[in-house]
Amino acid sequence: MPPTVLLEVSRYRPEQDDKPVFQTYEVPFREDWVVLDALNHIKDRLDGSLSFRWSCRMGVCGSCGMMVNGRPKLTCAAFLSEYLPGPIRVEPLNYFPIMRDLIVDITDFLEKLKKVRPWIVRGQDLPLEKGEYRQTPEQLDVYKHFTQCINCMLCYAACPVVGLEPEFVGPAAIALAQRYNLDSRDEGAKERLKILSDHAGIWGCTFVGECTQVCPKHVDPAGAIQQYKLTGALDTLKSFLLPWGTR
Amino acid sequence: MSDLAHYTRYHPRWYRRRMSVWWWLKDRAYVKFVLRELTSVFVAFFALLYLWQLRALARGPDAYAEFLARLQTPFFLTVDIVALVFVLFHTITWFNLTPTAMVVRMRGKRVPDPIVAGSNYVVWVLVSGIVAWILTRGLK
Repeated sequence: MPPTVLLEVSRYRPEQDDKPVFQTYEVPFREDWVVLDALNHIKDRLDGSLSFRWSCRMGVCGSCGMMVNGRPKLTCAAFLSEYLPGPIRVEPLNYFPIMRDLIVDITDFLEKLKKVRPWIVRGQDLPLEKGEYRQTPEQLDVYKHFTQCINCMLCYAACPVVGLEPEFVGPAAIALAQRYNLDSRDEGAKERLKILSDHAGIWGCTFVGECTQVCPKHVDPAGAIQQYKLTGALDTLKSFLLPWGTR
Repeated sequence: MSDLAHYTRYHPRWYRRRMSVWWWLKDRAYVKFVLRELTSVFVAFFALLYLWQLRALARGPDAYAEFLARLQTPFFLTVDIVALVFVLFHTITWFNLTPTAMVVRMRGKRVPDPIVAGSNYVVWVLVSGIVAWILTRGLK
């Protein structure tokens, strides 16, 4: 085991840098350390000016997503030992504008997420005394894996369409839309299809499939989007074939 | 990412990276994706080839013989082999992607992915068998 490992960390300090530059740090190698531990070691012991986001350090909060050797990763789940002998390159998530060092601006993602109405939409809410909206385990099973999304945005950093088409709503937001579409308590599917059935929505996806590959929670956004396309196509077909009232 | 950033005193400017034209060479998965997209050209090529064959067939035996002779030239043989490789790549990659795009449920349970993908291959072999049977029967 090497006693130390090199980390090449992307630095961008808007007050002094015109563009991001790499800075190399030598950190102790420990079997149980992840990239986030190494970054925290740098921050605590070597260079307090390094900026990055993190919170839970156990793959739940979705804050510490970064590019590690060019792949989007939760740095709390990327063990140093997987990248030996190094150096390990750490960069901010692809395609997002960089605010400072490893911190990206996620405003755009939050706006897109809101756009797809990721909550239970009801035509008419039942009065409270009617009790909760109940659901069978089978009904839950249909959409449960889509609920695991932690909004870490690794799928955005893996999707070339996000980089090429700034308007594309993107994998996680569409997967969350589909999560509510498939929920037996929800009645907003038509509304969401109107928002998402265009080139910035489901039809922008070219099925690269990398979103699913990088997802740390096995949400399968690529699957969600393709299944959504099928629904969208059938809906269009129905609108041609069926008389008004039955649509 | 669309331009929604608000600049403040504490965030003087965001850095926006440009996407290289060669982005698809940076990762094997992207190369595979671009190749898969490219296969559509070869699928179209085979479709045009069939149309050309039908036209030759409609024009009578001489025209058809000329068509067959042309297909046997080294140029067409090479193009055909390249196109066949791409069309096979097209078929296999898309067959393997079907379980992602289609959720098949039986008795409330999701049918396992290998079965959904595998059924494509079964139908492929069956249809090929039927075509082969029709062709060999025609030769007798």
